[in-house]
Amino acid sequence: MLSAAGRPTRPISALLGTLALVLAATGCGGAAGSGSAAGKVTSITALDYYTDASEHAQWSERLTACGRTAGVTVEHRSVPGASLVPQVLRQASSRTLPDLLMLDNPDLQRIAQTGALTPLDRYGIDSRGFAPGIVSAGSYQGRLYGLAPTVSTVALFYNKDMLAEAGVAVPRTWDELKTAAAGLTRPGRYGMAVDANATFEGAWQFLPFLWSNGGDERRLDTPQAAQALQLWVDLVKSGSMSKSVLNWTQADVHDQFAAGKAAMMVNGPWRTAALNRTPDLHWGVAPLPVRRPGQTLVTPLGGEVWTVPRNSSEDRRAKAARVLACLNDPTTMLATAKQYFTVPSRSAVASRYARQVPSMAAFVESVERSRTRTGRLGVRWPQAATGIYTAVQAALTGERTPKEALGDAQRTATDS
Amino acid sequence: MRSGPRPTPDRPAAPRSDGERTDGDRGAARAHRRERIARWLFLLPATAYLLLFFALPLVKNIVMSFQQYSATTFYTGEAPFTGLRNYAKVLSSDLFWQALLTTVLFTVGSVCGQFVLGLALALFFRRRFPLGDVLRSLLLLPWLLPLVVSGTTWKWMLDTDTGVVNRALRDLHLLSSGVPWLTGTSSALVSVILVNIWVGVPFNTAILYGGLQDIPAHLYEAAKLDGAGPTASFRYVTWPLLRPVAGVVLVLGVVYTVKVLDIILVVTGGGPADATQTLSTLSYELSFQRFEFGRGAATGNVLVVLSLAFALVYLRAGRRALNV
Repeated sequence: MLSAAGRPTRPISALLGTLALVLAATGCGGAAGSGSAAGKVTSITALDYYTDASEHAQWSERLTACGRTAGVTVEHRSVPGASLVPQVLRQASSRTLPDLLMLDNPDLQRIAQTGALTPLDRYGIDSRGFAPGIVSAGSYQGRLYGLAPTVSTVALFYNKDMLAEAGVAVPRTWDELKTAAAGLTRPGRYGMAVDANATFEGAWQFLPFLWSNGGDERRLDTPQAAQALQLWVDLVKSGSMSKSVLNWTQADVHDQFAAGKAAMMVNGPWRTAALNRTPDLHWGVAPLPVRRPGQTLVTPLGGEVWTVPRNSSEDRRAKAARVLACLNDPTTMLATAKQYFTVPSRSAVASRYARQVPSMAAFVESVERSRTRTGRLGVRWPQAATGIYTAVQAALTGERTPKEALGDAQRTATDS
Repeated sequence: MRSGPRPTPDRPAAPRSDGERTDGDRGAARAHRRERIARWLFLLPATAYLLLFFALPLVKNIVMSFQQYSATTFYTGEAPFTGLRNYAKVLSSDLFWQALLTTVLFTVGSVCGQFVLGLALALFFRRRFPLGDVLRSLLLLPWLLPLVVSGTTWKWMLDTDTGVVNRALRDLHLLSSGVPWLTGTSSALVSVILVNIWVGVPFNTAILYGGLQDIPAHLYEAAKLDGAGPTASFRYVTWPLLRPVAGVVLVLGVVYTVKVLDIILVVTGGGPADATQTLSTLSYELSFQRFEFGRGAATGNVLVVLSLAFALVYLRAGRRALNV
């Protein structure tokens, strides 16, 4: 009897003990603060998608240097590009946003719309002297929320040796592009490579062809858009471009080109450092071809904007804004541009840069004419982008003609 | 067959009801109450776990599917109630029905392939031969690899231009040009089914092998004495006795396959041209790429209902297996 009554108590107390432990552990988690006592802010956090080891280290260095001018240390974290926006949304709902946040410029308006960002004018940061394109990408409803130190766009990269061997000139029109690509194709090598995958990156690569031909993301089912899509279809159908473009990322396109498996590619200047490191690769860069001579080339504006999320501490935000201003000052901007072969976003700095680095002059020029993805559609751009990459995929697989595919795309884009 | 009386678990004797309450009786009643509390406390962790990690997300998902839950909701917490609009939107899109068909094809193809190959391997490994046990353990390897790793490897191997699969086919002169494994709309679906079969075979082999071990050897001896060949002994001995296990394997296979996300995302990303978009990848895309969480949740709920239907079949099959 005694033992029977005594036994159950032990599991009970063990259980209660465990529960108490669990509660204590969870209770503890809430108490851990971010280390900023009221008043003096000594450190702030920064989040971006520069996960590449050397790039991450370079940005850490830059953030530390700018943090020093603002009197803070910067805890720098990077997450992969595809998970940055989901991560930001999670942090927004748990009110744990970083003090300084980098966003790809087409995502800015969407995040600003949620109310999670602070307008920069409050900290005396204005957009005077910056190129209009990047200012429009960094603004939402007329207020500035983000600034990019440097911007970029895409162009045509070509392998000089392969062009010389095939006796092909750098193409300037779509017809020349088709002929050149066919002439450069050999067994085990394609003339041309693009990124046509089912992501926003695929849509971004298609935009220069769409826009330069007079296409518009607000109305995708136009003959101009169909002509642009037909060009990509022709390149794949003639065998000048691998059908694998359907799955390639921009990094894959770069790898194909660097490995000599593609003679030309669409890519951005941020690849320059890696291309220069590739042994025995003699490459050149030219503006992307347009359909007929005389058309103006319009390319999409790339670049990452830095923002100050709306978190609880006004002091931390003020410090973050000072770091942001430092990242965007002319000296830091010029150094950043030189490091990554991108273009400074202040027009005056850009023209100085074009004189100092002549190989970048073509990019400086094309960036001036480039258009932002959110310029016309604002927060509705993601739907249009989804429509565009879906149309590209449907046309390249042969499931739809370009005209049909773009009709579907228009429905996707307007179906909210 | 096994309907003999089950041994009842030890239970303290019920307090006597003859009115004479002694100290011993009161002690027994207290012990009884304590034990009842103890039982509930033992249930508590499991119940709390289920409520927190299964019930809560499920309820949240159902609620979300009736709301306009967008990126803004994450910051403001405001999600207006929209009734059945998400479901109407989802069910009226062509992509949903295409994805449903793909899900059915993917599931049926994968489960059939996994089962047939798994059964063949299980039968093969039942024979005793040198290194048989080692080989059988090695067969579990695909199960041990992280799916992202094996998926990426398959993606390289199936590349149209540089993949080892097409290279082998070309070198063996089976084909002059490569198969567009991941770039053709119909072949991409076949490819992800093949990869998923490869992933699922170890599971099927392991369970079916276990089922085969349970079949008494003397039945085969008796069948042999009656003059049954290998086909007849499979048909009249192995298959009838394996059927309950086979049923469980098949239904579990369906429930596991219908929700496969990682393999498809890694190998094809749902493409090309949405050819390998299943309900689970569609739900993922709607929620985490287009940030239309309400519609993503609605699509997810359709998937939950499908899985639930098969889970019920599984429970019934499980009961049948026990009763045989």
